Amino acid sequence: MTLPDAEQMLAALADRMRGAVAFDARFVGIHSGGAWVADRLAQMIPGDHPVGYIDVSFYRDDFNRKGLKPEVKRTEIPFEVEGATIVLVDDVLYTGRSVRAAIHELFDYGRPQRVELAVLVDRGGRELPIEATYAGTRLAVAEALSIVLSRTAEDRLVLATEPAGGENPAGNPHA
Amino acid sequence: MIDPGAGIDRATALYVAAGKVAAIGAAPAGWIANRTVDAAGLVVCPGLIDLCARLREPGQEYKATLESEMQAAVAGGVTSLACPPDTDPPLDEPGLVEMLKHRARSLNQAHVYPVGALTMGLEGETLTEMGELADAGCVAFSHADRPLVDTQLLYRAMQYAGTFGYRVWLRPQDAHIGRGGVAHDGEVATRLGLPAIPASAETIALATIIALARETGVRVHLCRLSTAEGVAMMRAAKADGLALTCDVAVHHLHLCDIDIGWFDPQCYLVPPLRGTRDRAALRAGLADGTIDLVCSDHAPVDDDGKQVPFGEAEPGATGLELLLPLTLKWAAEQKVPLPAALARITAHPAAVIGLDAGHLGIGQAADVCIFDPDACWQVEPRALRSQGKNTPFLGLEVQGRVRYTLVNGQVVYEGSVGSEP
Amino acid sequence: MRDPQLNAAGDLVHLLTLEGLPADVIRRILDTAVPFTSIAKREVKKVPLLRGKAVFNLFFENSTRTRTTFEIAAKRLSADVINLNIGASSTTKGETLLDTVDNLVAMNADMFVVRHAQSGAPHLIAAHLNRTGRTDVHVVNAGDGRHAHPTQGLLDLFTIRHYKHDFRNLTVAIVGDVLHSRVARSLIHGLTTVGTPEVRAIGPQTLMPTALKALGVRVFNDMREGIKGCDVVVMLRLQSERMRGALLPSSGEFFKHYGLTPDKLALAKPDAIVMHPGPMNRGVEIDSAVADGARSVILPQVTFGIAVRMAVLTILAGN
Repeated sequence: MTLPDAEQMLAALADRMRGAVAFDARFVGIHSGGAWVADRLAQMIPGDHPVGYIDVSFYRDDFNRKGLKPEVKRTEIPFEVEGATIVLVDDVLYTGRSVRAAIHELFDYGRPQRVELAVLVDRGGRELPIEATYAGTRLAVAEALSIVLSRTAEDRLVLATEPAGGENPAGNPHA
Repeated sequence: MIDPGAGIDRATALYVAAGKVAAIGAAPAGWIANRTVDAAGLVVCPGLIDLCARLREPGQEYKATLESEMQAAVAGGVTSLACPPDTDPPLDEPGLVEMLKHRARSLNQAHVYPVGALTMGLEGETLTEMGELADAGCVAFSHADRPLVDTQLLYRAMQYAGTFGYRVWLRPQDAHIGRGGVAHDGEVATRLGLPAIPASAETIALATIIALARETGVRVHLCRLSTAEGVAMMRAAKADGLALTCDVAVHHLHLCDIDIGWFDPQCYLVPPLRGTRDRAALRAGLADGTIDLVCSDHAPVDDDGKQVPFGEAEPGATGLELLLPLTLKWAAEQKVPLPAALARITAHPAAVIGLDAGHLGIGQAADVCIFDPDACWQVEPRALRSQGKNTPFLGLEVQGRVRYTLVNGQVVYEGSVGSEP
Repeated sequence: MRDPQLNAAGDLVHLLTLEGLPADVIRRILDTAVPFTSIAKREVKKVPLLRGKAVFNLFFENSTRTRTTFEIAAKRLSADVINLNIGASSTTKGETLLDTVDNLVAMNADMFVVRHAQSGAPHLIAAHLNRTGRTDVHVVNAGDGRHAHPTQGLLDLFTIRHYKHDFRNLTVAIVGDVLHSRVARSLIHGLTTVGTPEVRAIGPQTLMPTALKALGVRVFNDMREGIKGCDVVVMLRLQSERMRGALLPSSGEFFKHYGLTPDKLALAKPDAIVMHPGPMNRGVEIDSAVADGARSVILPQVTFGIAVRMAVLTILAGN
């Protein structure tokens, strides 16, 4: 299937957030796709939006079945979480498990005043009661497929599908 | 039929009557057989003579008993064996020796020749009453695996034994160097972090014993050589005309320290398994006669003694039932003809013990081993009659299986056909 | 014979020794330890990876330091930690090592961290678990006799990589009692596996194992010669027992020849780092000026040690 253009999704997402998101909201991108999106959003949305990154590998609920991912990236949150408004940013929202893990990890850094969720693509299929505050687009994709975000050499974002089950090192694996 | 001593190596018939060899080749006049054994395809040779088999009685019955080990002996084709004095209590009193001989005799299996302790309690301080012990049946005197620290005492012991023509069997091991060691001082011990025993632990003691043998003129037998240097020293001493003999344990002909692998306690032996160079020298030494004979060094150890970290394990391997196949394996690999190989487990050990045995002349006691040189079998606990199932060869296949063993003309062991235990 | 540390798929299921471990397995452990170093700087120093898992510290040889770091590492992974000082309990009553292990497995142990005075004890336990089909229970060697201390070797590698980045152009010297040192053996195996071109051992002949050259090590009896041009200097602890075994006449004489003093350190590269597995004997193997000096990374080693152990426990639990 052909997916909508990622850059257009990003523009749509930024539009929805502009004016709605708090002026001092802090963005936390979930590695790897969410991190790229968070960086771009911080540039596109006016206000003071420092960016941090979270790797949820240590908080996933499938460690006992699947073990640790081969590559664990660094969680870097260079600002105070306590009392802050945090916008978690991810590329694709599917079952909701990655977001649950990210929230759990975030709370080990402090108690935010509020947490919102911004995603490029909401593909439905939720297994937990989690919803995006802001979404670039909503679309349905066959269960056998994963949606994967990648970044070109010129820093352009590109969405693609691939068979589910494999771990795409560039994208975020979803349970 | 192969009788290395008599130079017999041909297909023929053997006639046994009244416990002795009655004839070879043609039947005696008026011969009627009570039993005929068809030995086609098999080898008939003198019963094997094992210079060192630990029976664990008295005192260590949890490891093995006379019953089980005598069964193991005949299952291995061994019709005579010498047992070392390191029982509990040690064989330092005639009463203990007599009891052991009596027990063994009543089992009606292999002949047991006890080796007496050289010093009381094997403590290395006072001499035993060698005369009394010899009368009770000791064929030689040794210090088992306990090093004799006091060289003055060793000298006196050898002089005393020499006075009466007693044989002294000594394992060359320095009391201090390599003390606390459990593995040969080489690459394996370095990698595995095991306390090490250098080759000099053997060569220093060997040099001492050779020097004292030279002075006292006593017949000394050196037990369980393990180093290439040791073999060279024996070669030189023999060339010098000294009345020395020596042996190697059958496991040391095949294994070396690399076989310890990931700390396998089955490979914890005394003396330790050494390097490939040492193993090659031992194999060649046995072939060229520098080493006179091979023995099993049979040491049954129970599971508790082996299922522990390497350094805490009890050393030793079960060997009575592996002496024949492992000797045949050495002979095949070293290209030694079968009669010469068999001599090293029959006639030569008999000579060292001082027995008129290990050969099948007319009128000789009919101690016979009949084996299938081609039969292969798996070394597993249920295939072994010894209570000691501790062997580095567990799970491996060996070639050479005893089918019948006769002691004093009686069939004391009859093995099953095929590879079933 | 297959390495008992790896399963049929080549995954690490026990950590017994660095000897024979593929370089990529070692690198993965070091890489996994990196994110764990940042956990220590957070308010909440825990992650839920090993929640519900029981880690048993089976220490047959006393060591408060090592046991504590493993305990901290396991607790930071949210594991339940049970400490067993075996010397005081069952084996002195005659229960065998393997019986003790079986009993603890029956109590749902997931992981054993084992320290033992005998080389090969963790291998015995791992072989027993493999043989009895308990491939879900993992063994970590916290030091066995003189043989290995793999987590120490790994944290030493991690420390070196942190400060020096690329092993492939380093000269590393290990100084002191290599003969009795499991730390040295593990470090030597680790360094050679990751491609360190020059590994040196410095000490008197009495403290050097016979076959060190076979392990790829250059032996120096003269410290001033051996330390020339080194990027890393690892000092080993000298135990007082060595004086009784006629291996050394006195600690004073040892310090004179092999103690790391500022003037000896000056012979190494100007940016060389100084390491020590601890605990230090000041004035015996190392001068206080060096131990507390700018080139010493002895305290960071301790911090890295927790992260490395967290990585090891995590990787094992996930296999």
